[in-house]
Order: sequence, then structure tokens, then C-alpha cells
Amino acid sequence: MLSTAALLANSTPAQLLPARELMAFTLASHILLVPFGVALPFITLLMHHRGLRRNDPVALLLARRWSAVMAVQFAIGVVTGTVLSFEFGLLWPGMMGRWGDVFGLGFGIEAWAFFLEAVLIAIYLYGWRRLKPWTHFWLAVPLPLAALMGAFGIIAANSWMNTPQGFSLDAQGKPIHVDVQQAIFTPMFGPEYWHFVVAMLLTAGYVVAGVYAVGWLRGRRDRYHRLGFTVPFTVAAILTPVQFMLGDSAARAVFHKQPIKFAATEIVWKTDTHVPEYMFGRLHPDGTISGGLKIPQLDSILAGFSPDTKVTGLSSVAASDRPTATQATIAHWAFDIMVTVGSVLILLALWYAWCWWRHRDNPRSRWFYRCGALAGVACLVTVECGWITTEVGRQPWIVYHHMRVSEAVTSTRAGSLWAMLGIVMVVYAAVFGAFLAVVLKMRTRWRIADEGSAAARAELPPETDTPYGPRSEPEPTTTGAAPGGGSGRTSGGAS
Amino acid sequence: MADFIAWVMVLAIAAYACAGGTDYGAGFWDLLAGGAERGKRPRWLIDHAMAPVWEVNNVWLIFILVIMWTGFPTMFQAVFSAMWLPLALAAVGMVLRGAGFALRKPTRRLAQQRIYGAVFAVSSLLTPFFLGAVLGGIASGRVKVGTTASADAWANGTSVLVGLLAIAATAFLGAVFLGSDALRFGADDLVDYFRLRAMIAFGVVVVLALIGLPVTHDDARYVWDGLTGGLGLLLIILAAVCGLATVLLLWRRSYGWSRHTSVASVALVVGAWGCAQRPYVLPTSLTVAEAAGAAHTLRWLMIVTGIAIVLIGPALVLLYRLDTMGELEELTDADTRAARTPGDDL
Repeated sequence: MLSTAALLANSTPAQLLPARELMAFTLASHILLVPFGVALPFITLLMHHRGLRRNDPVALLLARRWSAVMAVQFAIGVVTGTVLSFEFGLLWPGMMGRWGDVFGLGFGIEAWAFFLEAVLIAIYLYGWRRLKPWTHFWLAVPLPLAALMGAFGIIAANSWMNTPQGFSLDAQGKPIHVDVQQAIFTPMFGPEYWHFVVAMLLTAGYVVAGVYAVGWLRGRRDRYHRLGFTVPFTVAAILTPVQFMLGDSAARAVFHKQPIKFAATEIVWKTDTHVPEYMFGRLHPDGTISGGLKIPQLDSILAGFSPDTKVTGLSSVAASDRPTATQATIAHWAFDIMVTVGSVLILLALWYAWCWWRHRDNPRSRWFYRCGALAGVACLVTVECGWITTEVGRQPWIVYHHMRVSEAVTSTRAGSLWAMLGIVMVVYAAVFGAFLAVVLKMRTRWRIADEGSAAARAELPPETDTPYGPRSEPEPTTTGAAPGGGSGRTSGGAS
Repeated sequence: MADFIAWVMVLAIAAYACAGGTDYGAGFWDLLAGGAERGKRPRWLIDHAMAPVWEVNNVWLIFILVIMWTGFPTMFQAVFSAMWLPLALAAVGMVLRGAGFALRKPTRRLAQQRIYGAVFAVSSLLTPFFLGAVLGGIASGRVKVGTTASADAWANGTSVLVGLLAIAATAFLGAVFLGSDALRFGADDLVDYFRLRAMIAFGVVVVLALIGLPVTHDDARYVWDGLTGGLGLLLIILAAVCGLATVLLLWRRSYGWSRHTSVASVALVVGAWGCAQRPYVLPTSLTVAEAAGAAHTLRWLMIVTGIAIVLIGPALVLLYRLDTMGELEELTDADTRAARTPGDDL
């Protein structure tokens, strides 16, 4: 469906490149928010539960603050997600027109799950003040399940694109005899789904923990930072080895079900046994490989546990049916970065486990917290890499072996698409920039309040330093108690 | 089966027109609320009333798209190919609108709030216009399988008129809802403020509809006939009755039922359009039966929809109930213990 900037597919309509770029750009942006949409509610609820169970005000404060971040993040995720469903039609009408009824149901499940998520999240985010504490908590418990259901739908659709089934073709090549169950539970579905879900939890965990690791490094060693770090980090650390196994099984599923994609991610040119593994390196159109670290036999061993395992090479199919050398190199690098980061994270998780086993405490070393701070960023990079591997490795197929990306693309002129790409890039840069600025500003306010002198806080009577105060006091100008503010719970807007 | 799914889609469009429409209407009044000082109170109400439900209101759109491509893939392809530009602009408008609204709330500086608010309000106007223009283009038979993107498909009398009607209808819904929200939050001055605006908006809807009669007579003949006769006409008359009832209720200041009647009037118009277009999804070129996807998929779409209604219905009722009971309230800075920073205007 998409690809990256360097890809100029051969013999293709002019609108293909901008359409790919547009899809790639919007998806790459949206995917950064997905871990938080899927997993942040779960982590927040863990903290919330701890706060209620142990009557711990610090944990409750953390949960409240996270939900304040969630409110903004979820809203941005909703709009970037809506754009994607528009883009299916705007950019790939050929795919939706022909295959929509075969694989579209996954999206149907996703849409409903997402609806439920939006309802529940609204109740959770706005229920803090008035609902009874435990009622409020329990109303939010289905939230992570709805998120899992939504991921189910999306991954069902994507795995179908990778290993399409559940239909047969008539004389004109149109799909008939659609079998929905088969189309949802495709061979790649299981490996892809669990790998994805765990990746989301892992990423959200490491990113949130990373924020507090930075605070810890800057000398804020209070219980607030300790708790904010430990809970999400523990979730992520437990899942890291699990993810490694899942990733390995996903790769092996690709080896069996999409051998050419596997060949691309491992830059294997000729079908052979005793195939060496290349760490990085670059594939050239003539099949030679330059650079990289060559480990003899390893690729065959990884694929089938034996050096005698036969690995299909890229050259086994016609050049027009496989990724180009550049695309293969991109998929290979993305894959290797993903695997490398995953392996390093295991070491981090082991370090953490060791310290808890020996000392019943977090590691003391500053290096541990430095790595902890980096882990979140590394995970976000890994999420992008995983997605690039899946999508670029599938080229030139949008529906594996059934439809090329170039057959699915819109007939809209390339110029319009380039213009739209420009507009979207500007809009997204502004939106994501503003989003980051708002979240960072929230963090600053919280930090100032936490460190702040009591006097500064005493100036602000509770409930009045808010722009949108309690509904029971609708008069926006009467509540201004603090000097220079505290009132005016409305906002500017167009004027 | 395909007919049933087609009606589910019409229902979903009606739901989006009502829920999302109310929401766009709120944005419309935000735009016209005046300067920062003058518009403070209406904007406060708009923020307050919309915040807990706007995301839910807008998820209907995703659902419409999914039914379209799963149930009627050929039609989806045709519409998105022919209506490329208005749909792309509507999508951009949606991003700006959602982001503008979401970012305005946690912002504490007036200058920034103005920017976010302006973005939110202007795109609240553009998005329904373009979506309306797409519907107008479809109703006028300009979209056929294989039609390529061109300005003619959406820049014509019918499309522009339906686009304007969409804006007027959202403004009407928005004003009616905000009026009762004002009552609910005890902002008595705003009740009359929005009461007046609801009536004006309804007047505009009526005027546009009357202008529409001659404009669409030849341009969108099939749908025109469907709306001026048979079941379509009946639904239109019912819609008109509901609309008039809303105005009457507002006139007599009895707000209890005004929201229901206003929603009914908009939903009935969408229903009437659905009736008028029968048996076509794309008038006079593609019927529901021709456009329908695989039977097995449609059956499963129904099953999934059924399960979803069972799961989501109660949740949705709970949300709207908690919201109208005033149980839903935003976290304040006191709850998250946030300090003010220099430069905050609030």
C-alpha cells in the first residue's frame, strides 16, 4: 500500500509516487499515536487501580495526569485515523472497489470497537470529578478490551493484504464466493496480531517510563517519579522477552507464507541452503551485496533451525513481481533495526529483573535510567520500522499476488496529489507540533506545581484556576479569584 | 439483504447528520460568536457542551465509510474517484477541526486559543459544506462508475445548494442543542441567545429548500421526483412538521422536546433522500443490487452490526445520560495539580 521516499516503482502511473508518499506520511504519523490509543488506557488503569486499592494519592495523581494527556492524544488520534479511512478511497479506489467486500469487514469490527472506545474514554476522562471512584474505575475497565478489539479489526485487514484468502476468482478475475471467516483469520493474522498488540503495550510502557526516567536523571527522586517510572517500565520489561519470541514467530510465518518478502527482509538473492545472514548491508540490482556484517549459515538456521534449510531468493520470481533492490534494502534495514532494538531492550529488561531479584529495588545506575529514557524513543522508531518492513517488503503488491499497488491507485492527476501531500504535511506538522507543545506545557505546569512554593499555590484557590470550571457555576466572570486570572473559563476562538 | 444494508447506511448517515451535525453547528456558532470578550460566554458553553461527546459524534462517519466500502465497494470506488477534491478537503477540514478543538481546551494563552479556535470554527463550516456538496453531486447523478475527478461533479448548483443546506441544518441543530444545554447549565442569557439563532437558522433552511426546488428540478430530476411524490414526500412533510414543531416549541420556550423534534426533522430529511434515491445508490446508473458486495460479507456485516448495537447501545445511552445529568466534567488544574505559568491569560 505504501512505501518510502526513495521508491520510484518501474513502469507505473505518475500518480503512484505521490499517492504512496501521502499514504506513507499519514500512516507514519498516525502510527506514532497508536501505541497510546491502544495501551495508555491499560497502563493508566493499572495506576488508577493501585491508587484506589492502596489509597495512594500519588498514584491517583499520576493516573489523572495521564488521562489528561490521553484526552488530547486520543482526539488527535481520532482525526488522523479518520483521514486514513478517507485515504483508502481517495488514494486506492481500485483496491477498495474490487476487494472492499472481501476484507472490509475487519474495518467494520474496528469501527464499532472504536466507537465503543470513544464512548468509554469519554466517560473515563470526564468522570473523574463526579462519579464514585470505584464506579468510575470499573466503567473504564472494558476500555483496553475495546482497544484490543479495534486492533483485531485493523490487523485482520492488513494481514489479509499480506496473505489474502477467503474468495475465489471468476473468469474476469473478480472475487466471488467470499468467505468472511477465512478472510479474517488469514495465515499471517495470528503472528501479526500478537506481535502488534505487544508492541503497542511495550512502546507505551517504555515511552511513559522514559518521561520519568528523565525526571529521575534530573534529580527529581521522589515517590512520584519512582512510581511513574516503575509501573509502566515493569509492564514493558515483562513483555520484552515475550515480544522477542512473538517477533521470531512472525518472521518465521513470513518465511513460510511470504517467501519473497522474507527474501527481501533478509536480502537473499538466490534460492539456496546454508544461506548467510547479513546484518545491514546493501543489495544491488545485480544481486550483489555490499557492506554489512556477514554471518555464515545463520539465515538458514534462523529460518528453519538447520543450516540445510532452503531459503527462497528474490531472483526466483520475475523482477516485476518482487521488491526492487532498493525496496529490499529498505525493508532489510527496517527489519534489522527492529531486531537490534528488540535485542538491546531484552538486555535492559534483564538488568531490571536482576536488580529486582537481588535487591528488590530499581537499579541505581544512572546508565540504567539513561537507557530507560532512550527506550521509549527507540520503541517508537521500532514501531515505524516494523511497519516499513511489513509494507515495503510486500511490494509491488497491495494485495499479495492479486493486485499491484499501481492497479489500485487513483486516477487523480499527480499534480493534485503532490499538492495535497504538501497541504497534509504542513497541516500535520502544525497539528503534531501543537500537540507536542501542549503536552510539554502541561508537563511544565505540573512540574512547577510539584516543585512550587506553597505560596504560589495558595494564590490559586482550588477549582478556580481552570478555564472550564465546574458546570454548576456557569458565570465565567464571577469566579476569578486569583489575581490576573483564575477565571474566564471560556476561550478565544475566531474573532 | 443489500437493501437492508443500504438502509443501515442511510440510518448511519442520518445519525452522523444529527450527532455530527449538532457538533458542526456548535462550531458554526463559535465562528459567529464575535470577539474574544463578546464571544466568551457562548464559547464557554460550546466547549462545555461538546467536550465529552464530540469524538463519539464523529465516529459515525468512519462507520459510514466502512459500510460503504464493505457493502457497496463499487459505489465507494466511484464516489471517491469522482469526488476527489471535496472529500480530500473535507478530510483536511476534519483534522483541523478536531485538532483545533482538542488543543484549544488545554491551552491557557488567549492568543493561542484564538488560533486554535479559529481553525476549529472555520473548518466546522467547510467540512459540512464539502460533505453536502458530495451528496448533492451524487443526488444529481453526476457520479457514475468510471467518472473521473472533475470540478463539475461538485461545483454545480445542486451541490452548492446541498452544501449550504448542510451548513444551515447543522447551525439549526447546533443552536437548538446549545439552547437546551444553556438551560441545563443554568446560563439563562444564553438560552435566548441560541433560541433566536435556532429560529433564524430554521428560516435559512426553509429559504434554501425553496430556492432548491427550481434549481434541482432539472439538475437532479430523479431525486427531485422522489422527494416530491410518494413516500419521499411523506417523509419530507413529516420533517417539515417536526421542524415547525421545533420552532413552535422554541417560540413558547418549552425546551423539553425541541431537541428531539429538531433531530427528527434532520433524520427524516436524510430518510426522505434515501427513499427518493431508491433503488439506486448512484441515481440512474447504479442500483443497490448492482453495487452490493458479496452476500456472505453482507450477512456478516449485519451480524457484526447487531452485536455492536448490543454492546454499544447501552454504553452510548450511559454516556448521553451521564452527560445530560451533568456527571461528566473535565479535570481541572486543581485535580491534576497544575500551576499557572507566566503568560497565561486565564
